[in-house]
Amino acid sequence: MEPFRTVRSVATPLDKINVDTDQIVPKQFLKLVQRSGFGRYLFYDWRYERGEGGSDGASVVPRPDFVLNDPRYKGSAILVTGENFGCGSSREHAVWALADYGFRAVIAPSFADIFYNNCFKNGVLPVTLERGEVRGMLKFGGDIEVDLEAGEVRMYSPGDPAAPPRVARFEIEPHRRTVLLEGLDEIAQTLKYEKEISEFEKRSGPTNGAIPPLSPDKPLGA
Amino acid sequence: MAQNASTLFEKIWDSHEVLRKGADGPSLLYVDRHMVHEVTSPQAFEGLRANGRKVRRTDLTVATMDHNVPTTPGERRLPMADQTSDLQVRTLEENCREFGVRLFGMDSPDQGIVHVIGPQLGITLPGATIVCGDSHTSTHGAFGALAFGIGTSDVEHVLASQTVWMQKPKPLEIMIRGSMSVQRAVTAKDVILYVIRKIGTDGGAGHVAEYRGQAVSDMSTEQRMTICNMSIEAGARAGLVAPDEKTFEYLRGRTYTPENYEEMVSAWKKTLRTDSKASFAKRYEIDAGRIAPQVSWGTNPGMTCDVTEEVPDPAEYGGGDRSREDSARKALQYMGLEPGTPMTEIPLDRVFIGSCTNARLEDLVEASRAVRGQKIARGVRAMVVPGSQAVKRSAEEMGLDAVFKDAGFEWRESGCSMCLGMNPDILMPGERCASTSNRNFEGRQGTGGRTHLASPVMAAAAAVNGHFVDVREMDMQDGAV
Repeated sequence: MEPFRTVRSVATPLDKINVDTDQIVPKQFLKLVQRSGFGRYLFYDWRYERGEGGSDGASVVPRPDFVLNDPRYKGSAILVTGENFGCGSSREHAVWALADYGFRAVIAPSFADIFYNNCFKNGVLPVTLERGEVRGMLKFGGDIEVDLEAGEVRMYSPGDPAAPPRVARFEIEPHRRTVLLEGLDEIAQTLKYEKEISEFEKRSGPTNGAIPPLSPDKPLGA
Repeated sequence: MAQNASTLFEKIWDSHEVLRKGADGPSLLYVDRHMVHEVTSPQAFEGLRANGRKVRRTDLTVATMDHNVPTTPGERRLPMADQTSDLQVRTLEENCREFGVRLFGMDSPDQGIVHVIGPQLGITLPGATIVCGDSHTSTHGAFGALAFGIGTSDVEHVLASQTVWMQKPKPLEIMIRGSMSVQRAVTAKDVILYVIRKIGTDGGAGHVAEYRGQAVSDMSTEQRMTICNMSIEAGARAGLVAPDEKTFEYLRGRTYTPENYEEMVSAWKKTLRTDSKASFAKRYEIDAGRIAPQVSWGTNPGMTCDVTEEVPDPAEYGGGDRSREDSARKALQYMGLEPGTPMTEIPLDRVFIGSCTNARLEDLVEASRAVRGQKIARGVRAMVVPGSQAVKRSAEEMGLDAVFKDAGFEWRESGCSMCLGMNPDILMPGERCASTSNRNFEGRQGTGGRTHLASPVMAAAAAVNGHFVDVREMDMQDGAV
């Protein structure tokens, strides 16, 4: 996984609350069996109008009023949005689409739990900031810098880039922060606890975390 | 608070902690049951392959295909017409073969929606930790299990290690007092839609909800599955109900029910409940007696009202919150609705009775009550998609297929179907559907499609009338079932 240290870019404002993962990547694109290439489907139904040719993407026209089609935000690596971002379906494809498109950080007043967790597995940093702060950023228009190590978001004045930035602080649980800063393979890290996992498996009793395995001699589909 | 008093959720969590990183760090939780489906698993198996890893516990892992499968009788075979769906289904078959995972394939008599077949086969058990790459895994909480959805990276993590890292959520109590006013007209679906409407789509964020109270005790096991299923729609990490005699009876004698089941039941009876002195981080209280049949009007499940109400005015709905008002306005625009329109006067094009929320046998029985001896309204296309092939067979033994077909419904094979339209069952742009599923998000049932969430009996009555009706006023009769 790509480590996350610092990202600086213009921030894309998506002023909506409760953005669900069905909007982030619609279901017709969940049929791929690889992790890459989802960026072109990001916010698909909001981003494109359908021309002749149907929903398979054969003929689509960008909607000029959608923020991802606004040339001011081309190349942006930071998305700023409203409460409860990423609610609904657990599809990690939503994070793959954001990352593949180029977003490395998402700033919102709150995130849905599964989406929040999925971000950390893919080198995307979800930053939770106080609502008023986020509302300000939605209208900001200048460069924003997200620094995971320092736990700071810095807003650089568009009129005076040399002026000291406005700083907002955020917190990330330390274990997650380390995984992201180092770009660690989480499974490899976990497998170092082989002894602890094996010992857990030796426990017995239905209320001691040991539920019996599925009986292997039961025929399949019987 | 007494020293050792714990909630049911905390007891299950604590007994499955392999280790914890510091006092406030994440826990490594052991997983008792891992359910896998074709949409969220291909990249996970690919990750195992790339790193030379195996599935650690094939004896705790099961797979089925439900999202992509056609539900049209006669079309459930490979190659499937949709090539991308075909590839995903074949990929699951190949992965299960290569890694030794038990698969209930498209032609298995046990195939069905993963959250329907888990309990039906006795794979779901009280006190267990259950995960699946699917947010509606919370359904299994109805059995007193701790069950939650995970992303594909975590699917790979569980396949490789049988564990998952998780920050401990907080316990949330949702107390549903009283009993549902009009027997069988107000259902578990109405209760959970009402809960989501009241606490909001993020009211449960960071929490595991325990549903308690008289109304929950009165509910059947399958009704409890409906409320736990939609916990995620209230933002909760999981939802659960303490197991009781109904729970234990439901699982008795199923295909995979453990041999020492009665011994386990005795132990569960002593421990699987919230201690009287335990405390919850947050509590909500709902009076079941006040709940009317619910119908959603907007584009998230919290945008719901009583069937007797009118489409709300966005400003009123927003209550001074501009973001909330904006989202209601956009929702009405998407839904093609005007404020002030009675919910019972919105004409419908389609009716879908199905999904992991409401496609079990009891749901189909309830829906049939509004249909028996009736015909669906002109211009309405309606379908029933049983939650599993076993549900379909049981319903057919009861003659329910004939009841629905005689009324003009399509009677399908099982799968997720039009809940999310990954198979050919989708809405056309602008089509309006009464649906027993769980999400009314934009485009969920098909790009441009408009979804109104409701209970099975409400959806069935809507099919007959061509619009929603208050089922409390209907004279429904139970047939000879």
